[in-house]
Amino acid sequence: MSRTVDGVDAATAPTTAATRLTGLVGALRAHGFGIGTGETVDAGHALAAVGFTDRERVREALAATLLHGEAQRPVFDRVFDLYFPLGHTRAAEAHGNTPAGPADLAALRDRLAEALSTGDGAALDRLAAEAVGGFGGYGSGPESDGWSSYQTLSRLRPETLLVRVRERLRAAPGTEESEFTDRLLDDEIRRRVEAFRERVRTEARRRVAERQGRDRVARRAVAGTADTVDFLLAGRAQLDELRRTVRPLARKLATRLAARRRRASRGEIDLRRTLRRSLSTGGVPVRPVLRRRPPRRPELVLLCDVSGSVAGFAQFTMLLVQALHDQFSRVRVFAFVNRVDEVTGLIARGSADPAGLGDRILAEAELTGWHGQSDYGTALGEFADRYAEALGPRTVVFVLGDARTNGSDPNLAALKRIADRARRVHWLNPEQPSLWGTGDSVAPAYAGLVEMRPCRNARQLGALIGRLLPV
Amino acid sequence: MTTGFFSSVDDVADRLAATGYLASPAVATTVFLADRLGKPLLVEGPAGVGKTELAKAVTEVTGARLVRLQCYEGVDESRALYEWNHAKQLLRITAGRGESWDETRTDIFGEEFLLPRPLLTAIRSEQPTVLLIDETDKADVEVEGLLLEVLSDFQITVPELGTIKATRRPFTVLTSNASRELSEALRRRCLFLYVGFPEEELERRIVTLKVPGLDDALAASVVRVVGALRAMDLRKVPSVSETIDWARTLLALGADRLDEGVVRETLGVLLKHQDDIVRAAAKLDLDAV
Repeated sequence: MSRTVDGVDAATAPTTAATRLTGLVGALRAHGFGIGTGETVDAGHALAAVGFTDRERVREALAATLLHGEAQRPVFDRVFDLYFPLGHTRAAEAHGNTPAGPADLAALRDRLAEALSTGDGAALDRLAAEAVGGFGGYGSGPESDGWSSYQTLSRLRPETLLVRVRERLRAAPGTEESEFTDRLLDDEIRRRVEAFRERVRTEARRRVAERQGRDRVARRAVAGTADTVDFLLAGRAQLDELRRTVRPLARKLATRLAARRRRASRGEIDLRRTLRRSLSTGGVPVRPVLRRRPPRRPELVLLCDVSGSVAGFAQFTMLLVQALHDQFSRVRVFAFVNRVDEVTGLIARGSADPAGLGDRILAEAELTGWHGQSDYGTALGEFADRYAEALGPRTVVFVLGDARTNGSDPNLAALKRIADRARRVHWLNPEQPSLWGTGDSVAPAYAGLVEMRPCRNARQLGALIGRLLPV
Repeated sequence: MTTGFFSSVDDVADRLAATGYLASPAVATTVFLADRLGKPLLVEGPAGVGKTELAKAVTEVTGARLVRLQCYEGVDESRALYEWNHAKQLLRITAGRGESWDETRTDIFGEEFLLPRPLLTAIRSEQPTVLLIDETDKADVEVEGLLLEVLSDFQITVPELGTIKATRRPFTVLTSNASRELSEALRRRCLFLYVGFPEEELERRIVTLKVPGLDDALAASVVRVVGALRAMDLRKVPSVSETIDWARTLLALGADRLDEGVVRETLGVLLKHQDDIVRAAAKLDLDAV
């Protein structure tokens, strides 16, 4: 193994390569990655093959051997940065660790603007290290101090450099910008700034890891993959990220449904076509032909609580169902808070602007009566009265909500009526089962009438939809 | 167990570049590892980023023979592994009337009556081989089970003949568009490589290489516009192949710089859905399309 190291932390890399690797694997497993011993051994072979001279190659070698899907990559990258940190930051720390004053801040911002305009990755890494060292430190005691990317970024405010970077880029010699691409410039700079912010976060995590122990930080401070984020806890950025997964997920589900449909039609032999085909094998029916059922697609009704607490979950599911609409003969979507309204049309149009869907539903549909709190009893009753025609023997109903009625009557009779008319009713609850029945939740009562399942993140939802959807 | 095509990561990058395939560091590293560790390479990524092209490029550099298995719904053992040549077996039986049963039986299940399909061909090949299993996700789940023996041990068991082991490991590439989740068992046996959209710099080099005669400044603008489109929330974002198509279109139209009119008229080369075109036009401040 090569000992001339300039990418990876020089002093330690070769001697502790095995421990680092197993540490990394351990942290990835803690994030739910299924990595077997065989793959770890492969990763070791891979490291031996590429050597430690180039950090990016080390990263790719480990990614190739340890990962099974692209969705795992963001988590992997963050964990990798902790276990195989950049080597040169030692030098940066030596001169950048003292809390810096306003003059230093201005100088740093100058250099940052320069680096952003040239897009120099190495310089940006250096600046991120300097910035965290100079402006990210807090606390003074050995137990209470640490490094904060939030504090660094709120002092440095790289997003305010936009105008300066733009001017530098425009003034740069040799770039005779044609007028058209000029309009892309601002967005490009914003993307570069965002990449710098991520560098700062990585650097802060690395420093915290040195202080508190790598394993602990790798498990706690690295967010999991988007599809395992709890719907009820997901922030805006995570919901945006989830929304981008709707289409690929829908495509996968559609394939799965098609496969189930094919399998469901197996069994009945089409005698006429079997005999016809047997002519080519001398009258011996070697390959039986199975009868094809006429494609009769089921109808789907979605009944969603869109009140504040569970809105993220409802929207994600609505978009997913909309993306799957060609798998059904008919999809109707109803939303409620304490009154019910049909929003099928809003969602069909909403595929062009999924981010604004929630606001439009609240603005255009009539979902609240006297107050703004969700009331399952009234909403279910109104649905059973007004939209009974939506239900029939081929309809499958999905009810989405946490069954928290804010103390009002659960109206079990209404749900019973719905369940009687429809072929199947599934209730997806974004809360974990241990919380059902606590406080104002009437989940156990509803669960007695229809099948209720916990559905806490996108991965569970995908699995449930793939299994429960009728074919 | 190496296939022994390459000596280092740089070697991979240089030789692939010589055939016109510009590899990102990730691609070069992983191809090198697949070669060195002798493991199959599972390549995923959006359509049109050059997954199949990668296998062809490796074939070309190494002077190997390309064996390709195109997967589709309903592909089965007899299409992927081997098949007995029934007609020939029947002929053999009729020709050999008067023979004893034992002679006939041992005879008709011999090499002569075996029709090798891609996987068997690749395993038995004496010369260096690149095995390309294209669009693995299109095949049914059962076929994956079939692939497991081939990919982990590079051997195929034919009940009548015994186990056929590879004399030299083929360099194996599986591609997938992720329209179905491949099973964990299959993924475990492979090195995983995700080929995404290339970085701006690399894409510019690809465009300049594939569309000779295109002005450098225009190539840079083309790549920037495509980059901006990819950052939008579109139904189908343009891939590398679309970037190249667009560059060719611009060259054919004789455009020497991008302006609103040219972009508006040629947006259809990049985007394949009307919604996307409308959306992108609005974001790029083009007038109504």
